[in-house]
Amino acid sequence: MVSEFKDKYQLVIIGAGPAGLGAALAAEERGVKDILLLERDYFLGGILPQCIHNGFGLDYFGEELTGPEYAHRFIDRIPESTVQVMDETMVLDITPDKEITALNRHQGVQKIEAKAVLLAMGCRERTREAIKIPGDRTAGVLTAGTAQRYINIEGYLPGRKVIVLGSGDIGLIMARRMTLEGAEVDSVLEIMPYSSGLVRNKVQCLDDFDIPLKLNHTLTRIEGDKRVERVVVSRVNDDLEPVPGSEQTVECDTVLLAVGLIPENELTKQMGIELDPVTGGAVVNEQRETEINGVFACGNVLQVHDLVDYVTEESEIAARAVSEYLSRRRKKRRKKIKLTAGEQITYVVPHRIDYVYQDKDKKTLKLFLRSSVPVEEAELKVVDGRGQELISSRKKIVTPGEMETIILPLQFLDEDTEELTVSVTKASQGAD
Amino acid sequence: MEKKEIICISCPLGCRVEVRGDGENIESIEGNQCPQGREYAREEFMNPTRILPTTVRVSGGELPLVSVKTEAPIPRDKIFSAMDQIAQVTVEAPVKLGEVIIEDLVGTGVSLVATRRVLSDKKAADGEKV
Ligand SMILES: Cc1cc2nc3c(=O)[nH]c(=O)nc-3n(C[C@H](O)[C@H](O)[C@H](O)COP(=O)(O)OP(=O)(O)OC[C@H]3O[C@@H](n4cnc5c(N)ncnc54)[C@H](O)[C@@H]3O)c2cc1C
Ligand code: SF4
Repeated sequence: MVSEFKDKYQLVIIGAGPAGLGAALAAEERGVKDILLLERDYFLGGILPQCIHNGFGLDYFGEELTGPEYAHRFIDRIPESTVQVMDETMVLDITPDKEITALNRHQGVQKIEAKAVLLAMGCRERTREAIKIPGDRTAGVLTAGTAQRYINIEGYLPGRKVIVLGSGDIGLIMARRMTLEGAEVDSVLEIMPYSSGLVRNKVQCLDDFDIPLKLNHTLTRIEGDKRVERVVVSRVNDDLEPVPGSEQTVECDTVLLAVGLIPENELTKQMGIELDPVTGGAVVNEQRETEINGVFACGNVLQVHDLVDYVTEESEIAARAVSEYLSRRRKKRRKKIKLTAGEQITYVVPHRIDYVYQDKDKKTLKLFLRSSVPVEEAELKVVDGRGQELISSRKKIVTPGEMETIILPLQFLDEDTEELTVSVTKASQGAD
Repeated sequence: MEKKEIICISCPLGCRVEVRGDGENIESIEGNQCPQGREYAREEFMNPTRILPTTVRVSGGELPLVSVKTEAPIPRDKIFSAMDQIAQVTVEAPVKLGEVIIEDLVGTGVSLVATRRVLSDKKAADGEKV
């Protein structure tokens, strides 16, 4: 941790979650000197220190870690690195010329010039306003992540009788956490006909504690004087509209909202960088570089990851790209390749391929994607602009809740390739 | 004889596996689509265990809590008694990553260990934290 930063750096990284920490260390390893990592919170690790449950690191470290342990793997390497870290420092603005305005208690408002900028600001949670639940404006309505921080970092229980809206992993994890700490969780509501959380979390967070998961249900009203006193729960129809007459009243003092994450892209927008309306993150090429040369993005600010292991992987892709950019080793392709989300795919990252691969040991490109519906016996496919299938792979199941990857051998891309489309379909019977 | 439906968590398919048997023997396992599911269902039927992640109070630390976990999975039906024992404990800062907070948690033979570091308040104030 440094007490003061300079006014010029080769690389400035915004956000010291796993994305920023991983990228800083990987960039140093690749020879980038003079790196500054800025973090607004008073601790490093981003969201991880509050995610005290296990389930991290199986992919990357080959062992199961808790969030804080995963963060430690990186935080512990910072003191012996040359990376300069400044916490309690908020980045307020970045110009397209990469001038950063940051604010902290010691230095006030400061300008920093950077050759390269890496955006690693993570994401924030959707709130009641974002999903418009009618009723009284009372205390006791909070996002699941905020409750998690209260319980796991700050040490107090934000409620006694709880209802959770949203059955993604965060909602499920918090239902268990509140129960373990002595609160009573009435139920978890899910508007969709399926939970987007991992099966494991449904079993170990709800079934273990007999917490009902109500699929096709939502909150239609919050009532109370100063604090939440009761809520109205309704069943929804196929169009996700509440069914009149299905209303049930539940007495509770707390509503936890686990209704999705939005990449934290205020700074990105201020810079005039185009965002993908589907991911909520920047449009990037295979280097994780935005439309502005030398401005990169990785982690949840780019696409919401359910596995931190993929965040680390992405941070390494970005770090490698930053070092290639700074040492001017990149060569543009004659034609850009546009990647398109095809049948039953919501998005693909990267959005484009801009550069020629020169690295001898790098012979493949990993595409990250999500399906729009659950597909069993799935076949993932990449087809080029001429309709030629380049690669396909089979999966027992793909679901919207779990990010998928497909590995594209680079020898399949010739000079003239301009378009690639990724799709997922049910594999035809009998084929291998 | 007992009959139980177990959801296999080994992959996103989440097969519903039906296990019949008693505490010592398994009569039949049905509904799994692969051998992994069979193994999982057997374990889950005979002796369901879980890692327990939670927090312990800290005095004199940069933070009021330290996150902890059981070093190995413990029987699922011991989770609430384990939480009761953990609630009795306060550790003094500094706490090291991996430090044993409770040995032999509720007679399981499994230790409760710290999953992060918590510096003492003063050190943190002196800017030694990272
Ligand atoms: C409740 C929950 C449970 C999860 N469970 C699992 C799990 O079981 N297994 C798993 O693998 N993954 C899990 N994840 C996912 C994983 O934690 C995330 O994918 C990962 O933390 C994202 O890393 P990040 O660095 O992109 O973002 P973050 O961890 O969010 O870090 C972003 C950092 O940027 C900082 N920042 C933002 N804006 C600014 C600014 N303007 N100036 C300075 N700093 C700024 C923030 O303070 C923050 O520290 C979970 C996530 C959540 C929220
Ligand atoms: S039984 Fe096999 S296929 Fe079914 S959920 Fe378990 S691991 Fe997946």
